[in-house]
Amino acid sequence: MSDPRTPAVELGKLHVSWADAPGIRGFFTTVDHKRIAARYIVTVVLLLFLAGMLALDMRLQLARPDMERMTPQLYNESFSLHGSTMLFLVSVPVMEAMGIWLVPLMLGQRALAFPRLAAFSYWLYLGGVLMLWVPHAFGITPDLGWFEYPPLSGPAYSPGHRADIWAQMITFTEVAALAASVNIAATVLKMRPPGMTLPRIPLFVWAMFLASLMTIFALPAVMMVTSMLIADRLVSTQFFAAAAGGDPVLFQHLFWWFGHPEVYIIFLPAAGFVSMIVETFSRRTLFGHAAVVLSMLAIAALAFGLWVHHMFAVGLPRLGNDFYTAASMAVALPAGVQIFCWIATLATGRPRFDTPLLWVLAFIVTFVIGGLSGIMTASAPLDQQLTDTYFVVAHFHYVLVGGAMFPLFGAFSYWYPKATGRMLSERWGKISFWMVFGGFNLGFFPMHILGLQGMPRRIYTYGEGMGWGPLNLVASIGSAIAVAGGVLFVANAAWSYFRGRAAGPNPWGGSTLEWAAPSPPPQHNFDAMPVVDSLTPLWTQKRELAVMTGLAVDRREVLVTSVVEAAPEYRQKSPPPSTAPLLAAVAVTILFVGSIFTPWALVWGAVPVAIGLTLWFWPQRERSTTGPLRVRNR
Amino acid sequence: MTLRRLALLPAVLALSACEGGFQSPLAPAGEQAASIHSLFCLMMAVCGFMYLLVLAGLGIGLLRARRRRGETGEPSIDPADRGLTRGLVAWAALIVVGLTVLITGSFLVERTIAGARSRDALEVRVTGHQWWWRIQYRDPATGGWIETANELHLPLGQTTRVALGSSDVIHSFWVPNIAQKLDLIPGRINRVDLTPTRAGWFRGQCAEFCGIQHAHMALDVKVDTPEAFARWLAGQRRPAAAPADPVLARGREIVTRGPCAMCHAIRGTQAVGRAGPDLTHFGGRRSVAAGTLAMTRGAVQGWITQPQAAKPGTMMPPVPLSPADADAVSRYLMDLK
Amino acid sequence: MSDAVPTRVVGDLSDLPESASGASHLVWWGNIGFMAIEGTAFALAAGAYLYLMSQTAGWPPDGVRPPDLLWPAVLTLGLFVSEIPNLWVRRCAKAKDERGVRIGTLAMTVLGLLLLIPRGIEFGHLNVAWYDNAYGSLTWMLLVLHTSHLITDIGDTAVQSVWLYTHEVGDDQFADVEDNANYWTFVVLTWIPVGALVYLAPRFG
Repeated sequence: MSDPRTPAVELGKLHVSWADAPGIRGFFTTVDHKRIAARYIVTVVLLLFLAGMLALDMRLQLARPDMERMTPQLYNESFSLHGSTMLFLVSVPVMEAMGIWLVPLMLGQRALAFPRLAAFSYWLYLGGVLMLWVPHAFGITPDLGWFEYPPLSGPAYSPGHRADIWAQMITFTEVAALAASVNIAATVLKMRPPGMTLPRIPLFVWAMFLASLMTIFALPAVMMVTSMLIADRLVSTQFFAAAAGGDPVLFQHLFWWFGHPEVYIIFLPAAGFVSMIVETFSRRTLFGHAAVVLSMLAIAALAFGLWVHHMFAVGLPRLGNDFYTAASMAVALPAGVQIFCWIATLATGRPRFDTPLLWVLAFIVTFVIGGLSGIMTASAPLDQQLTDTYFVVAHFHYVLVGGAMFPLFGAFSYWYPKATGRMLSERWGKISFWMVFGGFNLGFFPMHILGLQGMPRRIYTYGEGMGWGPLNLVASIGSAIAVAGGVLFVANAAWSYFRGRAAGPNPWGGSTLEWAAPSPPPQHNFDAMPVVDSLTPLWTQKRELAVMTGLAVDRREVLVTSVVEAAPEYRQKSPPPSTAPLLAAVAVTILFVGSIFTPWALVWGAVPVAIGLTLWFWPQRERSTTGPLRVRNR
Repeated sequence: MTLRRLALLPAVLALSACEGGFQSPLAPAGEQAASIHSLFCLMMAVCGFMYLLVLAGLGIGLLRARRRRGETGEPSIDPADRGLTRGLVAWAALIVVGLTVLITGSFLVERTIAGARSRDALEVRVTGHQWWWRIQYRDPATGGWIETANELHLPLGQTTRVALGSSDVIHSFWVPNIAQKLDLIPGRINRVDLTPTRAGWFRGQCAEFCGIQHAHMALDVKVDTPEAFARWLAGQRRPAAAPADPVLARGREIVTRGPCAMCHAIRGTQAVGRAGPDLTHFGGRRSVAAGTLAMTRGAVQGWITQPQAAKPGTMMPPVPLSPADADAVSRYLMDLK
Repeated sequence: MSDAVPTRVVGDLSDLPESASGASHLVWWGNIGFMAIEGTAFALAAGAYLYLMSQTAGWPPDGVRPPDLLWPAVLTLGLFVSEIPNLWVRRCAKAKDERGVRIGTLAMTVLGLLLLIPRGIEFGHLNVAWYDNAYGSLTWMLLVLHTSHLITDIGDTAVQSVWLYTHEVGDDQFADVEDNANYWTFVVLTWIPVGALVYLAPRFG
């Protein structure tokens, strides 16, 4: 967004101030939120492909009864790697990546609150990816599922390092996610554009903010519980050893304290995508903005009161089961309110049925099935028939794929022009959409029935007499179609990157600030600070967007505003590129990997971490001319 | 698209509601499972109705909006939505009503399932092992325990209280036709009541991932009249019968003096191992290796000589035997009725 | 650039200050975020302790003496006393008193290192090893968790002190000193429940 009155010289300075170093140096030192987010996305796409291949492999194995193409060990490794990758390395990180990319743009800002922390998050996340997949390349793969319950994962039943790798991969990704969440939360609280009071915050920004808060209160639990597991394995603590006063159920409580909110940490940003897409493609302001915000708040709060519904078969007191049944079912109310608002907006708008909206419609028809099957599994007695069967496999794929991945694909199609400056091919977009949507439902709906026919999850084979063969074959065919559609989707993105039609700043007629920046945005995003007067600034300020000038152009500077009113408070220096985040991440990696083998890694590993952090936070200022350590000979 | 799905849905739901076999919550053969099945039907009705409402709302909304599709012009900002607001309130109220029905139903079923606890019940202990089930009946005569494995017999119409424990990792006991599942957790004893209402063979399967052979940890369940059950239990109480011919005697010799006896017990012989399933009445069971193979002499012989082929990773080591010895052992084991 | 939305200038930000203090400062909120994370970790560790305590008949288990009280009493007293210089540093930072923050951070570094002495001795007087039983594991976990926070903040204070003595102190650094002082208060406050669990729960629980 260039202001004709801003002299070209000033703009030139702005470009220089925010430019990365060229080439490989720039690659390792960048703190640009858009580059960091792009890295996340590329990594996630690769992992989606790998984990998708694992899924296909498993579906081939299950397509017919008594298949022997996979050994049980290989099958167990496959579902463990598939689940761990999808939940820890794909779903949560991809939502963070979308937040890291979008939140500053939606807030009209040039950077995140803590740019180096974002770079650190990515490098550490990459450490987690390598932690899981490099040993896999050497044949050391976790084989106990995406939640590794002790005592099966304890020292007695899982010798070797498979379980340690899994546990430490989690530590990596969760530290990365926590850092990203603090970053996003601080950005939303303190870096909104002038005029963006609380009621004028776009829904995606609300969603990311609440997801970040949930992350902050949920993820410490899984870091703690996996650390306890490693301690049990490495230094013989007795947290989960029943014989020494420990309790394996403690692991489950702590794991699901994280595990259930995790689902909503994934779902809330998806609800944010849906809200933005519905509004733009209905060409009317979203009906019930306040109701949707309150629903998100309610979901975030309820999420912490229902972890026990993952443990109904553990045999806990009946009163507790009743409470968690009611709390879990209560989530249907805010979720239902959101669905109503989206449908009502579509019904009273003038929708244009481009690919992003198709994904949203697919989201509604599949996610609601996942929500309703969620109500069934929320009932303690019914869940005791359904849990750990294919019904639950169907349920959480409907929630996670239908409820989060479909909106993500929609979001990807929606913001792709902004990120690349080019349009995706609508034709191939629609073909891949129908393949993924059709294939997914064909593949996963039969699993509900399989579960009701008694098929437990995590079995590598089943006998012909069980009668599960035909539906499994259908499920396998459906999954294969969906995976092919996903590959087509990515191919479309790759092709359009070079050949797509030029997009222009606002191809869909969107209402929020990111559409005011050029496509793709320059490194500093906006030439001047936008000023907001409504929820839909680009619709209410149709002719000219109000901006404020005066942020430095000769150095990196961002505007900090007040928490509630978003009134300008001060100009904050934004740190330039640095190798410190990478060095610190490498140091932390050494500590984490070392601690699998010896507890002393926590001691000697802390030294490089301390050095890395000191380099990072060492302020660059003039030497002192006062005090006992002043520079004497200047 | 929505219309087609709408037409498909009832068919799919109907299909899912009807079919249920010998390992399915959809074909209840026990009071507990029947109670939960009625809750399932209530859930399907309420949730199915709500889903149809959502689809109808979406379909009608899109059809209406489609008519305005050609209209261009500025996006409408904050249009008056009073009708929608009333609709939202009504929708929320409907959800609350639906949830109230379901939560109440869930509470009632939970109470019913627990209600059986007050009755007199037959006492059975089931202990999970990687990857088989140790089963012990309280002997009505002596108060001691009668042990068997991988096959649970239940008297029709009576409540059996199963105390669930684990000797290694967490497993989950699940006989879906008769009752809900419950975990077997080291250091804890869980109790589940089974009140079968239909005679016949059913199947249970471990429902909590428990290691490499989780897929082959099944349980045969036989529901019989109380008289037939009592006869069966009396049979189980007896020690193994003496072999009637030289081949069987040779089989017994190998089993009780060879490596088998390190892990397996056959009451009435020198075999008193406790690590593996009790074999005293092995030949009377329906399947081998926790539901992995049908009980045939070929299967038994194959299992003994090459257990890793049928159940890779099983704790049972291969026993090297000459063909004649393998034949004798399998004949002897099949004879343990 | 042709690729742009037309704009209209409605104000100028160049008169704004270049830094702020307290809750106005961006970094203050980052600090709060990390305190929330660590506070959650402490709360969950305490929850785990109470959970196993409620599951277990004897706490501590038979034959295990509760941890000795002398050295934790010394440490607790020391932590509370350390709040006096800590709050003073915080005030100096708010007043942008260069000499004050230099002396204060140095004093806090020394005091922190001294406090590690009773903390070190505490580990020898827990009367249980981490591998003895779950009670021992939890006791050690709580104490290690808190000690790691003590060490982190002392290290941070030491680095900060070195920097302050050798550089011109700017507004952002005063804000950093304030945040660091707040963090120390956080570490002191978390000791109240953690210390109570480790030392009082086995006696009165």
